[in-house]
Amino acid sequence: MPYPPALVAPMRAEMTRMGARELITSAEVDAAIGDQKGTTLVFINSVCGCAAANARPGLAMALQHAARPQEVVTVFAGQDVEATARARQYFSEYQPSSPSMALFRDGEVVHFVHRHQIEGRSPQAVAAELTAAFDRYCAATV
Amino acid sequence: MTGHVFHPGHEELHGVTVVVHGASGRTYVGRYHERGARGVVLHDVGVHDTASGVPRDEWMARLRKFGIKVDHRTLVVPEDEAGEIERLAR
Repeated sequence: MPYPPALVAPMRAEMTRMGARELITSAEVDAAIGDQKGTTLVFINSVCGCAAANARPGLAMALQHAARPQEVVTVFAGQDVEATARARQYFSEYQPSSPSMALFRDGEVVHFVHRHQIEGRSPQAVAAELTAAFDRYCAATV
Repeated sequence: MTGHVFHPGHEELHGVTVVVHGASGRTYVGRYHERGARGVVLHDVGVHDTASGVPRDEWMARLRKFGIKVDHRTLVVPEDEAGEIERLAR
Protein backbone atom coordinates (compact mmCIF):
# COMPACT_ATOMS: atom_id res chain seq x y z
CA MET A 1 0.00 0.00 0.00
CA PRO A 2 1.46 3.38 -0.95
CA TYR A 3 2.55 5.73 1.80
CA PRO A 4 0.70 9.06 2.22
CA PRO A 5 1.78 11.52 -0.48
CA ALA A 6 2.88 14.06 2.11
CA LEU A 7 5.29 11.54 3.61
CA VAL A 8 7.04 10.76 0.35
CA ALA A 9 6.97 14.30 -1.06
CA PRO A 10 10.43 15.16 0.33
CA MET A 11 11.83 11.97 -1.18
CA ARG A 12 10.45 12.96 -4.57
CA ALA A 13 11.70 16.52 -4.17
CA GLU A 14 15.20 15.31 -3.39
CA MET A 15 15.24 13.63 -6.80
CA THR A 16 13.86 16.52 -8.80
CA ARG A 17 16.24 18.94 -7.06
CA MET A 18 19.18 16.98 -8.44
CA GLY A 19 17.69 17.18 -11.93
CA ALA A 20 15.83 13.89 -12.22
CA ARG A 21 12.54 13.80 -14.08
CA GLU A 22 9.76 11.87 -12.39
CA LEU A 23 7.88 9.29 -14.44
CA ILE A 24 4.44 8.67 -13.01
CA THR A 25 2.67 6.71 -15.75
CA SER A 26 3.52 3.85 -18.10
CA ALA A 27 3.20 6.23 -21.03
CA GLU A 28 5.82 8.51 -19.52
CA VAL A 29 8.12 5.53 -18.97
CA ASP A 30 7.68 4.38 -22.56
CA ALA A 31 8.40 7.87 -23.83
CA ALA A 32 11.60 8.09 -21.77
CA ILE A 33 13.00 4.57 -22.20
CA GLY A 34 11.07 3.04 -25.07
CA ASP A 35 13.14 4.51 -27.84
CA GLN A 36 16.05 5.59 -25.71
CA LYS A 37 19.03 7.25 -27.38
CA GLY A 38 22.22 8.49 -25.76
CA THR A 39 22.56 7.88 -22.03
CA THR A 40 19.78 7.74 -19.43
CA LEU A 41 19.95 6.74 -15.78
CA VAL A 42 16.78 5.23 -14.33
CA PHE A 43 16.62 5.53 -10.53
CA ILE A 44 14.14 3.28 -8.71
CA ASN A 45 13.31 5.35 -5.68
CA SER A 46 12.23 3.84 -2.36
CA VAL A 47 11.05 4.86 1.09
CA CYS A 48 13.68 2.67 2.74
CA GLY A 49 16.59 3.93 4.78
CA CYS A 50 19.27 2.99 2.29
CA ALA A 51 17.60 5.17 -0.33
CA ALA A 52 17.65 8.12 2.06
CA ALA A 53 21.07 7.58 3.58
CA ASN A 54 23.02 6.12 0.69
CA ALA A 55 21.39 6.01 -2.74
CA ARG A 56 19.91 9.48 -3.23
CA PRO A 57 22.87 11.33 -1.67
CA GLY A 58 25.27 9.12 -3.63
CA LEU A 59 23.52 9.88 -6.90
CA ALA A 60 23.42 13.60 -6.11
CA MET A 61 27.19 13.54 -5.61
CA ALA A 62 27.77 11.54 -8.77
CA LEU A 63 25.75 14.00 -10.83
CA GLN A 64 28.29 16.70 -9.97
CA HIS A 65 30.87 14.69 -11.93
CA ALA A 66 31.98 15.95 -15.34
CA ALA A 67 30.76 12.87 -17.17
CA ARG A 68 27.12 12.16 -16.43
CA PRO A 69 24.07 10.72 -18.18
CA GLN A 70 22.26 12.98 -20.60
CA GLU A 71 19.06 12.35 -18.71
CA VAL A 72 18.11 11.09 -15.25
CA VAL A 73 14.60 9.76 -14.70
CA THR A 74 13.00 8.21 -11.65
CA VAL A 75 10.09 6.01 -10.71
CA PHE A 76 8.99 5.44 -7.13
CA ALA A 77 8.63 1.79 -6.06
CA GLY A 78 5.58 1.16 -3.93
CA GLN A 79 4.17 4.59 -4.82
CA ASP A 80 3.94 4.81 -8.59
CA VAL A 81 3.29 1.11 -9.00
CA GLU A 82 2.31 1.12 -12.67
CA ALA A 83 5.26 3.23 -13.76
CA THR A 84 7.70 1.16 -11.72
CA ALA A 85 6.41 -2.12 -13.15
CA ARG A 86 6.64 -0.70 -16.64
CA ALA A 87 10.19 0.56 -16.11
CA ARG A 88 11.27 -2.84 -14.81
CA GLN A 89 10.05 -4.43 -18.02
CA TYR A 90 12.88 -2.62 -19.79
CA PHE A 91 15.46 -4.40 -17.63
CA SER A 92 13.56 -7.58 -16.84
CA GLU A 93 16.71 -9.73 -16.81
CA TYR A 94 17.59 -7.93 -13.57
CA GLN A 95 15.71 -9.01 -10.46
CA PRO A 96 13.64 -6.22 -8.91
CA SER A 97 15.06 -4.39 -5.93
CA SER A 98 14.72 -0.88 -4.61
CA PRO A 99 16.47 1.37 -4.49
CA SER A 100 18.35 0.44 -7.63
CA MET A 101 19.68 2.14 -10.74
CA ALA A 102 19.95 1.19 -14.40
CA LEU A 103 22.18 3.07 -16.79
CA PHE A 104 21.03 2.86 -20.40
CA ARG A 105 23.00 3.69 -23.49
CA ASP A 106 21.16 3.61 -26.80
CA GLY A 107 18.45 1.38 -25.40
CA GLU A 108 20.74 -1.13 -23.70
CA VAL A 109 21.44 -1.53 -19.99
CA VAL A 110 25.19 -1.05 -19.65
CA HIS A 111 25.42 -0.81 -15.85
CA PHE A 112 23.13 -1.80 -13.01
CA VAL A 113 23.35 -1.02 -9.30
CA HIS A 114 21.31 -3.34 -7.08
CA ARG A 115 20.04 -2.59 -3.63
CA HIS A 116 22.64 -4.94 -2.16
CA GLN A 117 25.34 -2.72 -3.66
CA ILE A 118 23.85 0.32 -1.92
CA GLU A 119 22.84 -0.78 1.58
CA GLY A 120 25.42 -0.11 4.26
CA ARG A 121 27.71 1.76 1.86
CA SER A 122 28.50 5.43 2.22
CA PRO A 123 27.10 7.95 -0.29
CA GLN A 124 30.71 8.52 -1.36
CA ALA A 125 31.13 4.83 -2.17
CA VAL A 126 27.88 4.79 -4.14
CA ALA A 127 28.96 7.94 -5.97
CA ALA A 128 32.34 6.40 -6.77
CA GLU A 129 30.71 3.38 -8.37
CA LEU A 130 28.40 5.60 -10.40
CA THR A 131 31.08 8.01 -11.57
CA ALA A 132 33.21 5.08 -12.72
CA ALA A 133 30.26 3.93 -14.83
CA PHE A 134 29.63 7.49 -16.07
CA ASP A 135 33.27 7.80 -17.12
CA ARG A 136 33.02 4.53 -18.98
CA TYR A 137 29.67 4.98 -20.68
CA CYS A 138 28.75 8.68 -20.63
CA ALA A 139 32.00 10.49 -21.34
CA ALA A 140 32.22 12.22 -24.70
CA THR A 141 34.44 10.50 -27.21
CA VAL A 142 36.62 12.20 -29.82
CA MET B 1 28.27 5.90 7.33
CA THR B 2 29.66 2.53 6.30
CA GLY B 3 28.35 -0.08 8.67
CA HIS B 4 25.65 2.31 9.77
CA VAL B 5 22.67 0.62 11.40
CA PHE B 6 19.51 1.19 9.40
CA HIS B 7 17.07 0.66 12.22
CA PRO B 8 18.08 1.56 15.76
CA GLY B 9 17.81 -1.31 18.20
CA HIS B 10 18.67 -3.96 15.65
CA GLU B 11 21.92 -5.75 14.91
CA GLU B 12 24.40 -4.13 12.54
CA LEU B 13 23.50 -6.53 9.75
CA HIS B 14 19.78 -5.83 10.01
CA GLY B 15 18.51 -4.82 6.57
CA VAL B 16 21.73 -5.82 4.82
CA THR B 17 21.88 -8.53 2.17
CA VAL B 18 24.07 -11.37 3.39
CA VAL B 19 25.34 -14.77 2.37
CA VAL B 20 24.74 -17.57 4.88
CA HIS B 21 26.88 -20.63 4.32
CA GLY B 22 24.91 -23.71 5.34
CA ALA B 23 26.38 -26.76 7.04
CA SER B 24 24.49 -28.85 4.49
CA GLY B 25 26.33 -27.21 1.62
CA ARG B 26 23.40 -25.00 0.72
CA THR B 27 23.94 -21.27 0.34
CA TYR B 28 21.33 -18.71 1.36
CA VAL B 29 21.36 -15.11 0.15
CA GLY B 30 18.86 -12.68 1.58
CA ARG B 31 18.23 -9.59 3.65
CA TYR B 32 19.25 -10.22 7.24
CA HIS B 33 16.54 -9.66 9.83
CA GLU B 34 17.85 -11.19 13.05
CA ARG B 35 19.57 -14.17 14.63
CA GLY B 36 17.64 -15.79 17.43
CA ALA B 37 17.03 -19.12 19.09
CA ARG B 38 15.32 -20.49 15.98
CA GLY B 39 18.15 -19.49 13.70
CA VAL B 40 18.85 -16.75 11.19
CA VAL B 41 15.82 -14.98 9.80
CA LEU B 42 16.22 -13.72 6.23
CA HIS B 43 13.87 -11.93 3.84
CA ASP B 44 13.71 -12.18 0.02
CA VAL B 45 15.95 -15.22 -0.05
CA GLY B 46 17.59 -17.10 -2.89
CA VAL B 47 18.85 -20.59 -2.13
CA HIS B 48 21.56 -22.54 -3.89
CA ASP B 49 21.60 -26.29 -3.47
CA THR B 50 24.56 -28.28 -4.68
CA ALA B 51 22.10 -30.89 -5.93
CA SER B 52 20.84 -28.40 -8.51
CA GLY B 53 23.81 -29.16 -10.74
CA VAL B 54 24.66 -25.46 -11.08
CA PRO B 55 28.10 -24.74 -9.59
CA ARG B 56 27.87 -22.44 -6.58
CA ASP B 57 30.38 -19.93 -7.99
CA GLU B 58 28.38 -19.67 -11.20
CA TRP B 59 25.16 -19.16 -9.23
CA MET B 60 26.80 -16.46 -7.10
CA ALA B 61 28.26 -14.67 -10.13
CA ARG B 62 24.88 -14.56 -11.81
CA LEU B 63 23.23 -13.37 -8.59
CA ARG B 64 25.77 -10.58 -8.18
CA LYS B 65 25.14 -9.39 -11.72
CA PHE B 66 21.39 -9.84 -12.08
CA GLY B 67 20.18 -9.77 -8.47
CA ILE B 68 18.52 -12.28 -6.21
CA LYS B 69 15.89 -14.55 -7.70
CA VAL B 70 13.67 -14.90 -4.66
CA ASP B 71 12.76 -18.45 -3.63
CA HIS B 72 11.33 -17.51 -0.22
CA ARG B 73 9.91 -14.20 1.01
CA THR B 74 11.00 -15.14 4.54
CA LEU B 75 13.17 -18.04 5.58
CA VAL B 76 14.59 -19.19 8.90
CA VAL B 77 17.93 -20.92 8.51
CA PRO B 78 18.10 -23.22 11.56
CA GLU B 79 20.89 -22.52 14.02
CA ASP B 80 22.58 -25.87 13.35
CA GLU B 81 22.52 -25.15 9.61
CA ALA B 82 23.69 -21.53 9.72
CA GLY B 83 27.45 -21.21 9.42
CA GLU B 84 29.50 -18.20 8.43
CA ILE B 85 27.58 -15.05 7.53
CA GLU B 86 29.08 -12.38 5.28
CA ARG B 87 27.82 -9.37 3.40
CA LEU B 88 27.02 -10.01 -0.23
CA ALA B 89 28.47 -6.67 -1.29
CA ARG B 90 32.24 -6.74 -1.63
